[in-house]
Amino acid sequence: MTDYLVQFNNISKFFGKVIALKDVTMRLKKGEIMCLLGDNGAGKSTLIKTLAGVHKPDEGEIIFENKKIIFDSPKDALDIGIGTVYQDLALVSLMSVTRNFFMGREPQKGIPFFKTFDVDRANKIAAERMGQIGIDIRDPSQAVGTMSGGERQCLAISRAIYFGAKVLVLDEPTSALGVHQASMVLKYIVKAASEGLAVILITHNVHHAYPVGSSFTVLNRGKSMGTFQKKDISREKLLSMMAGGEELDKLEVELQEMDRIHSKN
Amino acid sequence: MSLKSKSISSKSSLNEDERLKKISPLRVLLNRPELGALGGSILVFIFFGIVAGDTGMFSAYGMLNFFDVSANLGIIAIAAAMLMIGGEFDLSIGSMIGFAGICIAIPAIYWGWPLWMSIVFAFAMAVLVGYFNGIMVVKTGLPSFIVTLAMLFILRGLTLAITRLITGRTQVPGLRVLIEDDPLAWIFATDTFKWLFTWLGSLKLIELRTDGTPLATGIPPSVIWFVALTLFATWILMKTRYGNWIFASGGDKVGATNVGVPVGRVKISLFIGTAVASTIFACIQVLDAGSADTMRGTLKELEAIAAAVVGGCLLTGGYGSAIGAAFGAIIFGTVSMGIFYTDVDTDWFKVFLGAMMLIAVVFNNYIRKKVTESK
Repeated sequence: MTDYLVQFNNISKFFGKVIALKDVTMRLKKGEIMCLLGDNGAGKSTLIKTLAGVHKPDEGEIIFENKKIIFDSPKDALDIGIGTVYQDLALVSLMSVTRNFFMGREPQKGIPFFKTFDVDRANKIAAERMGQIGIDIRDPSQAVGTMSGGERQCLAISRAIYFGAKVLVLDEPTSALGVHQASMVLKYIVKAASEGLAVILITHNVHHAYPVGSSFTVLNRGKSMGTFQKKDISREKLLSMMAGGEELDKLEVELQEMDRIHSKN
Repeated sequence: MSLKSKSISSKSSLNEDERLKKISPLRVLLNRPELGALGGSILVFIFFGIVAGDTGMFSAYGMLNFFDVSANLGIIAIAAAMLMIGGEFDLSIGSMIGFAGICIAIPAIYWGWPLWMSIVFAFAMAVLVGYFNGIMVVKTGLPSFIVTLAMLFILRGLTLAITRLITGRTQVPGLRVLIEDDPLAWIFATDTFKWLFTWLGSLKLIELRTDGTPLATGIPPSVIWFVALTLFATWILMKTRYGNWIFASGGDKVGATNVGVPVGRVKISLFIGTAVASTIFACIQVLDAGSADTMRGTLKELEAIAAAVVGGCLLTGGYGSAIGAAFGAIIFGTVSMGIFYTDVDTDWFKVFLGAMMLIAVVFNNYIRKKVTESK
């Protein structure tokens, strides 16, 4: 028995000849925020889709609450409590806050075959939930398109939590946001973790990740470069690892070498 | 509406946020998709009230006439609107009408089936055609425009080829005698509220024939179907889980799938819906005329889409209303009949139809920007 809520052990995923992920391991406890850092093309999207049940891993295992689990569909992942908030948020901007909040999982009332969407209850819950994050939606029937980017992000996260997520997978939640909006979202993420959720925060922005994360996994070209506790690593070190710092160092050495040869001639 | 205003007032009393603009009731109304079509209908009625008020257009008989035309178009426009909200098109509506017509007429006349059985057969074929359209669009990911355009030709060709093969002609008459005593046909062929018209006639409130019976005998079946379908579609869209799925499927297919909406199933069912609505249209027309014609329903798909667009449906899906489409149909029906009562040449009807649609699209685009504009 371990006290990990969820473990992804040695996950690999291949697309034909392409090795998208190789031996990625992540372990999370309740209340922990793990930041998954990686530059473009590092394999972040593939990893998210594997966590969310869209892709089946070709190697490795997923252990949830000490039970080995195989996802056949995104629904399986949702059902056991892995809630993924994609970058596009899965929100329809023309639809109301309430209709978005309960999209696909509408509360119903009435007798079989004549069941109706319980709009009143849905409105009440949506307004209540948004109120808890400090977003005062004047009118839950207003279109989501009228909300700010940060508010939309919070709505999507709040929806995932309401529908029973124990592990939240957040895909670049702050990438399209300004400083103020981003800090609002990050604050909400910390709050959610403090209430006992495990959060996997996927980002390429170290400045957003470092203040909130408790551990950091760096992904580079499909491989994990290791998981580090916050006390063991500095922001600068993370940044250079992410950008393939060693490669840049090597490049610098080579350039110096070339300069030296030039000056000799 | 009451809920909306309640939540606004309770919030503002709790928490006065100076950044929040008050939303005027007018803005709330403007955000409804059916507003344009409702306003348009009122304008159309005012226009004909002035231009043709003293003709027979607004007599009981005249009104039933243009409501009958509107209702027929409305039946398919509502189904087309729901499909458009779900993010797809159906160009095979008109051909399906012709096809359903001969699916009723040929078995009943040439194969000796009872009429009710051929009607059931026509509906079964409609479900099949709709299912095929839906599964093609969902499984191949091709635009529904292409898939249903192909179906438009296939169905019209089949209708013509089969009819000529079996009957040697392009029309199948002789259905009228079969309607009486049929256990099913009456729901597509009965005028209702006859007592009302007889009563109004006896009071000399409406025009009478020389034999004393009223000129307008009752509400035609198309109008009853039209009203029932409008209410049913509105209930589905606004009040059920399935309705929310329709909006979600049309608004953002990927997003809806990610949160567990069965987008494929929703779309297939909507394609079945348009095919079935076309068959209802065909039943009413075929039983009314007593004959099926291979060219019946030609271009109806475009009129249905036009009515849906005037009714506030966005071509990109995710937004619209059944009531709007109903009013869109009423506008077209009223103008197409009303034009006979004016001095205007009926050739101008199509010009009006096109202009109306353009105005509607521009207006809808503006509304969509308003609805989704960030604060």
